[in-house]
Amino acid sequence: MNKHKSVSDWYQLVDDGTVQRLILTGNLTLAALDSNFRQLSGELSRHARNARILWDLSDIQRMDTAGIVLLWKVWGKKRPDTLILRPEHEKMLKRIESLPETAPRLKKRNPLWAIHAIGAPFLLFWANLSGMIMMVGQLALDSLFFLRHPALIPWREISANLYRTGTQALGITALVGFLIGVVLSYLSSEQLQMFGADIFIVNILGISIIRELGPLLAAILVAGRSGSSMTAQLGVMRVTQELDALTVMGIPHSQRLIFPKIIGLGLAMPLLVLWTSAIALIGGMVAAEIQLGLSYHYFVHTLPESVPIGNLWLGLGKGVVCGMAIALIACHFGLRIKPNTESLGEGTTTSVVTAITIVIIIDAIFAIVFSDVGIVR
Amino acid sequence: MNDAPYIIEIEDLQTRFGQHIVHQNLDLRVRQGEILTLVGGSGSGKTTLLRQMLGLETPAGGVVKIFGSSRYNCNPALNKSIRSRTGVLFQQGALFSALTVYDNVALPLRELRILDEQTIHDLVMVKLNMVAIEPEHANKMPANLSGGMIKRVSLARALALDPELLFLDEPTAGLDPELSESFVQLILDMRRELNLTIVMVTHDIDTLAALSDRIAVLADRKVVAAGTLEEIHHYPHPFIKNFFKTMHNKHQLIGNRE
Ligand SMILES: Nc1ncnc2c1ncn2[C@@H]1O[C@H](COP(=O)(O)OP(=O)(O)OP(=O)(O)O)[C@@H](O)[C@H]1O
Ligand SMILES: [Mg+2]
Repeated sequence: MNKHKSVSDWYQLVDDGTVQRLILTGNLTLAALDSNFRQLSGELSRHARNARILWDLSDIQRMDTAGIVLLWKVWGKKRPDTLILRPEHEKMLKRIESLPETAPRLKKRNPLWAIHAIGAPFLLFWANLSGMIMMVGQLALDSLFFLRHPALIPWREISANLYRTGTQALGITALVGFLIGVVLSYLSSEQLQMFGADIFIVNILGISIIRELGPLLAAILVAGRSGSSMTAQLGVMRVTQELDALTVMGIPHSQRLIFPKIIGLGLAMPLLVLWTSAIALIGGMVAAEIQLGLSYHYFVHTLPESVPIGNLWLGLGKGVVCGMAIALIACHFGLRIKPNTESLGEGTTTSVVTAITIVIIIDAIFAIVFSDVGIVR
Repeated sequence: MNDAPYIIEIEDLQTRFGQHIVHQNLDLRVRQGEILTLVGGSGSGKTTLLRQMLGLETPAGGVVKIFGSSRYNCNPALNKSIRSRTGVLFQQGALFSALTVYDNVALPLRELRILDEQTIHDLVMVKLNMVAIEPEHANKMPANLSGGMIKRVSLARALALDPELLFLDEPTAGLDPELSESFVQLILDMRRELNLTIVMVTHDIDTLAALSDRIAVLADRKVVAAGTLEEIHHYPHPFIKNFFKTMHNKHQLIGNRE
């Protein structure tokens, strides 16, 4: 509303021969000054260079903190020699004068910053690795504890986790699995048709889906879906001090929060792998029927002959290991979250990225270690 | 002073959360330049009422007008100017947990985009000084503050723009008596200088007595009485009787000790 005002509305310079009076008028408030703030500050600073000028603040209608801060800056952080002001403004000025001298924070650069920048990621990696190893150790201890005190096993939490990470993921894994099955079958059958090797579609789909794609797809989906939610849940519990509340009630985090998550996902994951593989195979079967005219009956009957059962165990084994690894990573990063929102977002991202990477690494390790399992030579 | 225009007018307000009715036929007006204190039992809907005045919640019925226009469909320009003239202290502080104390207070100032960093620094330091936060705490994160410090930093943030309209939800809860006293002094000083309007929720009788021009009592889902301390003191309502009985008890307690 003061847009049309010019800066000269806020002060007058009166020269009566002997003294120069600078009379400030109007509202010296942030709301009134608005975009004229800098300009007024600049013009007043110019007048302030004249040390003999008399500053008259008694005509100011209203002044807020921004106003007095402006003048304080104009005066070069000291009271001018000649100054007239009302008692209430005197009080505001006193407050500023009493402030200890602090400069705006400048980021001081550590002279060893280069070493720091190189070393920090390694230390972080080491901290994460040792944290996770400790968590595995704790899990082992908790398992022993529960073996000796079976009554204390948190069945409720395990079943809740099973439901949340397993049952509720059935829809998305089925959709993705089916589509991948269809696509894979369609592309392979086109190639196979060229060689007249139509019937090998069963081998290709069977081996690739049961051994590789099913477990990997399910694991990646679960890492994104359940891993992120576990991390975020633990992070929010830190932010809202719920973790502290559990501690003072004598309920260990590892037994009530982490153990059920890892066991729950360790159980849910192989089941999800089975489900995803089955749906993907159905997708592949449907596409094979349409593309090659291969009957469902033939497909189902040839499958056990062409795919050794070892592949299924391998897929399920991957599921167990990946599920536990995902939950472990999610819990580790969840507990590392600091009580602020930024750390929460960062922790969740790191958790998901790490989980997906680890899942792929686990898959590679399985491929190497079990290279002679389930392959007909 | 009594003929100042109304800034906030609430008429026939209804608030319901599911089956739970919080306000029914509630009427309340706030004049420009006054300090209105809302008192009422825990869960009587004081915070909810403040949120409705701020436009954060829409009531089930009735109108909330601010500066003469409805809170819920006023034009964006007016809404923006109202928001930049309003300071709010939330009951739980609502500090940005990812920002330091300094940056929390500096945020509304930076958002104006008319101040340079040096001025912002000076302003932030003055505001922190006003609420008795020492400069060495300026770089702490909100999670590392004490409960009373969170209150004071949020107050500093609410005051950052020297707003004309202040909403304070229990400003002195969690402060020691000396700090409450200096809060009262701070508000009185600011008020002398600026044309402040304050809507405040408090259970602290000393703050209430020292600051309020008018008191509105929330009970039975509506404002049962509104007026100066003297006017409502003897109003025959069980909540008001109890409320002031505790005050008498307190003074008696001190009297007995001496
Ligand atoms: N979003 C919501 N959903 C459901 N109920 C709510 C919601 N917000 C508030 N309530 C209910 O409305 C009632 C009033 O809450 P409000 O926070 O306004 O109380 P208050 O008067 O501020 O109490 P206190 O003095 O304890 O802060 C409470 O019973 C509360 O449970
Ligand atoms: Mg409240």
